[in-house]
Amino acid sequence: MKFGVIVFPGSNCDHDAYHAVSKYVGQPVDFIWHRDTDLSSYDAVIVPGGFSYGDYLRAGALARFSPVMQSVKKFAAEGKFVFGICNGFQILCEAGLLPGALMRNRGLHFVCRHVNIKVENNDTPYTSEIAGEKVLSIPVAHAEGNYVCDDETFSQLEENGQIVFRYCDETGEITDEANPNGARANIAGICNLNRNVLGMMPHPERACEELLGSTDGRGIFSSLTKAIAASSH
Amino acid sequence: MKAKVYVNLKPSVLDPQGKAIQHSVELLGFDKIVDVRQGKFFEISLDSGVSESEAAAAAEKIAKDVLANPVIEDYRVEIVS
Repeated sequence: MKFGVIVFPGSNCDHDAYHAVSKYVGQPVDFIWHRDTDLSSYDAVIVPGGFSYGDYLRAGALARFSPVMQSVKKFAAEGKFVFGICNGFQILCEAGLLPGALMRNRGLHFVCRHVNIKVENNDTPYTSEIAGEKVLSIPVAHAEGNYVCDDETFSQLEENGQIVFRYCDETGEITDEANPNGARANIAGICNLNRNVLGMMPHPERACEELLGSTDGRGIFSSLTKAIAASSH
Repeated sequence: MKAKVYVNLKPSVLDPQGKAIQHSVELLGFDKIVDVRQGKFFEISLDSGVSESEAAAAAEKIAKDVLANPVIEDYRVEIVS
């Protein structure tokens, strides 16, 4: 089992993702420079957070033209796992691997704090190891996390169980006060129809160490590890 | 030959930056502002050998594929010779 973490010019959570995978998943992991195009040795790639291309034009808009993204599209089409975190989620939406878009936060501020998110669907490769509708405490750090999509896309997301995480209060209630950015229906993370591609604004890789205040992110990585093991049999 | 591309958020999409600008403008004393929407403007210079129809086609594709995100934005192209 091997993980890859894609590095764009301006990525800055690539080392956090690398650390989480090597320490908590305990599997080999490589950095993949955005000009590389050979993903054949990987089972999962993480598109990490940061400010790829300085967020020029729109967050994630220019990264989608990096050579590696054509390979990521093929990789995803083969059913392999693509996990976008924060800027990675923005890139996956811009690249058309996930529906919708991420806009400027409702309150205009860069929001950088722990938020609560609720697992809305445990039947995905990223959440199978998390019990029930558990509330996870995971940090966010973004200015463009306001998820938008049209009504038709939203109904499809709901019908197909593609809404994986929603912002909630500490008791699991989905409230407007618990929504840090104005995202439609408090959406914090979604997956594609096949469930092998997931994007989320919160940073689970920053919630793996006791020292950092929460280890709730580990369940996402352990779920993914189990899914990779199952898919390679 | 130049192509001018205007990109704006779709009317249905909330524009918090436009709202903040509107508020600042109102603080200047303009009290008859109904709405402010922020957009982007691109000026693309093309080789002199490019015809007007080629320029229009190129600008249209650039606007659709790169400059605007069709999920949230509309665009308009103008060719200036």
